[in-house]
Amino acid sequence: MASGTEIDPIHQFELQKVFEFKPFGLDLSFTNSSLWMIIAVAVISFVTIIGTSKRSVVPGRLQSLAEMAYEFVASTLTGVTGKEGMKFFPFVFSLFMFVFTANMLGMIPGAFTTTSHVIVTAAFAVLVISVVLIAGIVGHGSHFFGLFVPSGVPGWLLPFMVVIEVVSFISRPISLALRLFGNMLAGHIALKVFGGFVAALIAAGAAAVLAPLPLLLAIALTALEFLVAFLQAYVFTILTCVYLNDALHPGH
Amino acid sequence: MRLIAVPFMMAIGSAPALAAGGAFPPFDSSTFAGQLFWLALSFGLLFLLMSKVAVPRIGSVLAEREGTIETALAAAAKAQAGAEEQAQALEASLGKAKANAQSIAQDARAKSNAEIDAKRKAVETELAAKMSAAEASIGEMKAKAMANVEDIAKEAASALVEQLTGKAPTAAALTKAFKAGSEA
Repeated sequence: MASGTEIDPIHQFELQKVFEFKPFGLDLSFTNSSLWMIIAVAVISFVTIIGTSKRSVVPGRLQSLAEMAYEFVASTLTGVTGKEGMKFFPFVFSLFMFVFTANMLGMIPGAFTTTSHVIVTAAFAVLVISVVLIAGIVGHGSHFFGLFVPSGVPGWLLPFMVVIEVVSFISRPISLALRLFGNMLAGHIALKVFGGFVAALIAAGAAAVLAPLPLLLAIALTALEFLVAFLQAYVFTILTCVYLNDALHPGH
Repeated sequence: MRLIAVPFMMAIGSAPALAAGGAFPPFDSSTFAGQLFWLALSFGLLFLLMSKVAVPRIGSVLAEREGTIETALAAAAKAQAGAEEQAQALEASLGKAKANAQSIAQDARAKSNAEIDAKRKAVETELAAKMSAAEASIGEMKAKAMANVEDIAKEAASALVEQLTGKAPTAAALTKAFKAGSEA
């Protein structure tokens, strides 16, 4: 029955090829995901580069938007890591802008949410941890591994503590990746499901009187998802700052 | 109950579609290489644009604004200090002018007082001189008048004596009698 109104909440996460690109037997085709990544880069560049091209002392709308984002990320970074953290600012700023813009673009109906794919969030998480490891080892050498050896612990307990610290360090990229992925995936599925309820109830004759209930919920969920889109980008950024702080100031 | 259950089943009825379509899209590893490739490309481009253009530019704009505000504040503070200095100088010159005016007024007052005193003294001496002259002339006139009175009295006395005795007294007798009368 009613095959035209069938709602598939998973369909929105499917990759559709825009054009094929298969060098060396690898499938690197340009998909809707790639398209929205490029759109995100274009939007960020428009705001932060075209918007600030006048370099006015009294900023216009786009420029104050770019300055707001800059100062927001800068205050987050310096708040956690202190002034030394500013050498990572371009990286943290790019990260925040990309995740935030990708999350927000995903709220456009019909858009593809690039951050709803675990491989994308995992790539960001691995990138962050790699930067932390490299910065830590370059900055502090073997002293960086003191991060895994808490001070003031009795000798016999030390091996266990080291194991726990190593496990907690390894779980950082995993939690970083899964938190963003899970939030974006679940939020979009929930939106689609409640939207589907509205359509299905309208199609189901007498039950159509109940249609406004899931509609109200879908509206509330949309508002919540906008909050989540920002919040997850912020959480991703602040955790990146916390991990960078470990690289800058290792030792407990 | 069935009416409500139907849309639920329809909405969640994606399980068969999933089974038919293959893996859950986010876990479909055949798409991983492509996503990673395009992510690396787009994020790499973004990082390049941000670190080479956007971040330095926004940073310099913010620093410039801070500098502008600071210089404006410094200029304002300087202008205020200048204004205060000028106000003080003005007040000082005002005080000086006031003191000057006061001394001039005092001088003038002292001068006019002295002049008035001098004039009054001159007038007073003149008046005193006139008064003494007048007094002298009054005394003279009085003496003259008194002399006249004696003559008239002598005449009147000689006329009385002539009437009473029929014979006019001599001048020497009259004088003698007057002297005796005025001495008594």
